[in-house]
Amino acid sequence: MKLYRVAALIQRHLYLYQRSLPRMTEVFFWPLIDLLLWGFVTLYLQRFQTNLPKFVTFFLGALILWDILYRAQQGISVSFLEEVWSKNLLNLFVTPMHPSEFLAALISISVLKLLTAGLASAFLAWLFYSFNLFVLGVSLIPFVFNLALMGWAIGIITMASILLYGQEAEVMAWGLAFLVQPISAVFYPVSVMPAWVRPIAWMIPSSHVFEGMRAVVETGAFPLEELIKATLLNLIYLSLAISFFYRNLRIVKDRGLLLRSGTE
Amino acid sequence: MGHPVVQVDHLTKSFNGFVAVNDLSFSIEEGEILGLLGPNGAGKTTLIQMLLGLITPTAGEIRILGLDLKRRREEILSQVNFSSTYISMPTSLTLRENLTVFAKLYGIKNPERRIDELLDIFEIKRLKNTITRHLSSGQLTRLSLVKALLNRPKVLFLDEPTASLDPDIADKTRRLLRAIRDQSRLTLLYTSHNMKEMEEISDRILFLHQGRFLASGTPAEILSLFAERNLEDVFLKVARGNRTTDRPKDQV
Repeated sequence: MKLYRVAALIQRHLYLYQRSLPRMTEVFFWPLIDLLLWGFVTLYLQRFQTNLPKFVTFFLGALILWDILYRAQQGISVSFLEEVWSKNLLNLFVTPMHPSEFLAALISISVLKLLTAGLASAFLAWLFYSFNLFVLGVSLIPFVFNLALMGWAIGIITMASILLYGQEAEVMAWGLAFLVQPISAVFYPVSVMPAWVRPIAWMIPSSHVFEGMRAVVETGAFPLEELIKATLLNLIYLSLAISFFYRNLRIVKDRGLLLRSGTE
Repeated sequence: MGHPVVQVDHLTKSFNGFVAVNDLSFSIEEGEILGLLGPNGAGKTTLIQMLLGLITPTAGEIRILGLDLKRRREEILSQVNFSSTYISMPTSLTLRENLTVFAKLYGIKNPERRIDELLDIFEIKRLKNTITRHLSSGQLTRLSLVKALLNRPKVLFLDEPTASLDPDIADKTRRLLRAIRDQSRLTLLYTSHNMKEMEEISDRILFLHQGRFLASGTPAEILSLFAERNLEDVFLKVARGNRTTDRPKDQV
């Protein structure tokens, strides 16, 4: 892997964001809207749910952390779509660039996006609701890391699908993460789900992260077991996602579909 | 001419039983401009994409600069480049930004100098800080050619490079490509539907039809083989699958 090529690909996206106000706004706009909407809903519900301790922390913490996962996924899939939309994919694939360098660049862009959006959300939550995300303490680092890993796995699966099926699969870039959200225990524990759904929910790394977050808020204990499970599941899914990407790239090259992906 | 820099042996590509490229063998000598001619669906794009590693061949071997494309892809692609009307560059970036990204992908030392030099040659230096979406189609084509020459390629694949250019710029581009070829022994594989251009620029022409070579030779040899006065008539004869070059009455 050549770092100068990874840096060149990152620079391409930095140029894009620096020049495009809508893209720059998008990084902050949706987290802000989510935060305002759900923040006020949370404050309202808190009046009635007095027996549920630290309601704001549960809800806003979950909202900000979920957005980190979503931004991580979008950092990969939308950055890939930028190449498809600009018909630049063939230009890139005829350079000496290796697919692993391409992946490394997209992951780096995703890190920049999720840090920007995450810090902005954390600041706004503090500003509007006096909510301090950092009450989660040192657990916050493995939480964010695991959510980023899951976001990357979903992002890579999305990208590999668009590569193979063309822009018809574009909808996955906006919806795939939300497909797993209901069984990710983001805003409610796994225990409230129907019994037959629970084993599926425990297969989702983010369920362990959000259960862990609730444990930190309630007891203050570091949720080591949940984090180990989340990390192991994430490593499995990320490996599968990368294999899926290379498999699809091989099929695309075999079927001659790269021209379509790069020019349609 | 020198030694072969592109060597293709028994190259075949089939898609679900349809044979797009059928057992092709040919070579391109160093410094040669090879014109690839053929009607739509003849297999030109598939062939070029295989030479660039974008399509995996069903059978056969490709060696570029003496290296096996399957095993030495990175090394080969750092010395090769490509320009096509089918592809473009990110339109929200300026010319300078787009070219800087590609220069860095190719690991070019002092990219600013190389970019300025090429923009000057293609007469678009004044547009260096212009957003790419504001360029005309002719300017976009020139930008694509600048990108294709950034890494001082030894082999250049050009798929209809002058399609959007006015006759003046198209002529300058052809002269320029010939000049670069003469100076640096650049090897070119060139496709175009402009038959006059193909006749003018190509040292040798490979005529592809239904995935096979129908004819090969200098433009004069091709004309002689088909007993026609120009390549356009040869093309019409092959594309229509008969021996007549009579055009429909409404085109006469």
